[in-house]
Amino acid sequence: MHLTPVGLEHYLVVSALLFCLGVLGIVIRRNLLVMYMSLELMLNSANLALVGFSRFGNTLNGQIMVFFIITVAAAEVAVGLALIVALYRKRQSAHVEDLTSMKY
Amino acid sequence: MFEDFKFPGDLGWIILLLPLLSAAIIVLFTGRDGRLSARISIAAVVLSFLFSLGLFLVIQQSSDPAAGTARAWSWLNIGDFKVDIGLQLDRLSLIMLVVVTGVGSLIHIYSYGYMSEDPGFARFFASLSLFMFSMLGIVLANNFVMMFIFWELVGLSSYLLIGFWYEKPAAADAAKKAFITNRLGDFGFILGIILVWGALGSVSFNQLQSALANAPAIWASVAALAGLLIFCGAMGKSAQFPLHVWLPDAMEGPTPVSALIHAATMVAAGVYMLCRSFFLFGTESIWPGPFGFLNGWTAGDLIAMIGGITSLLAALIAVQQDDIKRILAYSTLSQLGYMVMAVGLGAPTAAMFHLTTHAFFKALLFLGAGAVIHACHHEQNIWNLGGLRHRMPTTYRTFLIGTLALCGLPGFSGFYSKDAILAAASEHNTFLFILGVGVAFLTTFYMARLFIVSFLGASRSEAAGHAHDTPRVMGWPLILLAIPSVLAGFWGIDTFIDAQWHAGGGEAGSFLDNLFAPFGHAPLAALASLGSVVFGATFAWTLYSGAIKDPLPARLGALARGMHEKFYFDEIYQFLIRLTHEAVASLAGWIDRWIIAGLGVRGLSGTTDITGRLLRLVQNGNLQTYAFLMVAGLVLVLVFALK
Repeated sequence: MHLTPVGLEHYLVVSALLFCLGVLGIVIRRNLLVMYMSLELMLNSANLALVGFSRFGNTLNGQIMVFFIITVAAAEVAVGLALIVALYRKRQSAHVEDLTSMKY
Repeated sequence: MFEDFKFPGDLGWIILLLPLLSAAIIVLFTGRDGRLSARISIAAVVLSFLFSLGLFLVIQQSSDPAAGTARAWSWLNIGDFKVDIGLQLDRLSLIMLVVVTGVGSLIHIYSYGYMSEDPGFARFFASLSLFMFSMLGIVLANNFVMMFIFWELVGLSSYLLIGFWYEKPAAADAAKKAFITNRLGDFGFILGIILVWGALGSVSFNQLQSALANAPAIWASVAALAGLLIFCGAMGKSAQFPLHVWLPDAMEGPTPVSALIHAATMVAAGVYMLCRSFFLFGTESIWPGPFGFLNGWTAGDLIAMIGGITSLLAALIAVQQDDIKRILAYSTLSQLGYMVMAVGLGAPTAAMFHLTTHAFFKALLFLGAGAVIHACHHEQNIWNLGGLRHRMPTTYRTFLIGTLALCGLPGFSGFYSKDAILAAASEHNTFLFILGVGVAFLTTFYMARLFIVSFLGASRSEAAGHAHDTPRVMGWPLILLAIPSVLAGFWGIDTFIDAQWHAGGGEAGSFLDNLFAPFGHAPLAALASLGSVVFGATFAWTLYSGAIKDPLPARLGALARGMHEKFYFDEIYQFLIRLTHEAVASLAGWIDRWIIAGLGVRGLSGTTDITGRLLRLVQNGNLQTYAFLMVAGLVLVLVFALK
């Protein structure tokens, strides 16, 4: 059995798949929390792509970027979750369909 | 500046500027004092007349060819387009100068009596002075552009004077009508000037004449058109068919104005201009496509036809008018038609001759009519006059002389000048000759009618019964005008003018030779003219002697009605103007309502409104829709970017 060595394209394909799953999650799922998790998935797919570039490009730039993203994502999770909790307390719901008061 | 005063030539400038000076003084300083203003104006025009007479005699006697030159200024200089402001002093302008200032002086003096009770006395004389200035400018101009400027000034002063009693709606309307009709003709005039300049490269009369000697090929193709366009100007000023409608209405102005502007001088300006540019009209030319049937006709031929038509039409209308001034107005139209016809027939001498004699006797007739109107408390209907023979002897006698001169009785000036025109017609165009004789018959007929009805018989109204003869200030001008009305025919004016076009010219004959000359060199025309006078007078005498009302409508029926209603020209024009006016108005209304308001204003706002209403539906507050649209957009951008 001949195994192809794992290359950059594999990483990128996985990253793209993860990203698409994330997008799909955001577009399809109604629960704010799940949408939030999908968002994290998209961020991490980007991390994966950056790490892949870093590994195959022989530079550390990508990895540095990843650390930044992780940091920002952590902060973002804190703020985002707080918002969601606050919203839930006010509306007794975390479904996006119930949260459409900001329209025309 | 007085060292380089070119004696006699620069006298022309003084003649030209004196009336302007008087107008300026009246407007700026003496406007409150009517009598003083009138005296200033009269002094200016009389001085102009004396200088003109002097200039005339000096230049005529002088053997120095430079005698007729005056200083000139370059006014416009744009590339090839050069316009001077200068004077043309030749036989044509000199004789015109004397006629205009001479008749003008007498009419100014007459106005002093006629207008004395009018509150606008000073304004009247200021306008009159302005008119004299403009008219002298036309006479003295040495190029088309300068002439056009004064041409317009004459139109303006005519407007001011016709509308002198502006509080009377009829007068205000008549002034507007005259001005607009004239502008119509002037538009053609200026196009003609531009065309002439384009083809011959100059606007100066002298240069044009020499340019025509070796005319470029292009001239033949535009000659007729240019000639006709220039004639348009004369058509407006000299009230030729179809622009003749303004002149009868212009009688709304004061009678001295009718005498000066609408009989003796301004309306003659068109004829004068045609004589001045006479050399332009003789070129045979090729007509553009749709006018191909005119090939072989020169501009002159068409001008002659229009003149003939005008003279016949106006004479027919005059037969059935009842207003004394309107009869004279239509008679003026008719005589102007004669003059224009003469120019078209290639006889500018005859035209200028008739213009000169006509200026005298028509001014006399108008002033006589003014005296009648003045004496009869503004009664202008001849059927309400009658019996003035004994009450106004001076007016009666001078009016009789004027009438005989206009009818063309041998011995009176009108006979000789009319005969010159008829002789020219009999040589060149039999049709116009017959038409001319017919008009001569009609002329005698309507003038005899006017004279018999208003002066003979018994008074038919109280005003006419209590009429008194005119004050002396109005009587003397009548007498002074009656003299040239008789004598101008055999003074040798025609031989004098003839030298303008035919170098050397004939020797002026002796007094007796001149008296009987018409029977010598064109017996047919002279006899036809004499016959039509006798026939017309007899005819009018049988019809109108002792008549109380006009017997003609009963006999002629519809024709008389048509004559009385001026052949419905005003109505036809009004109909046509209203038709085009309303068509244009409804088209403009449609465009405004549907294109500008509909598509433009409401269309734009409506589109914005609907787009806004549609687009805001997208903003439904649902986070997922936004996300989906954003991703979809991103995908689209990627697809386009990566393709």
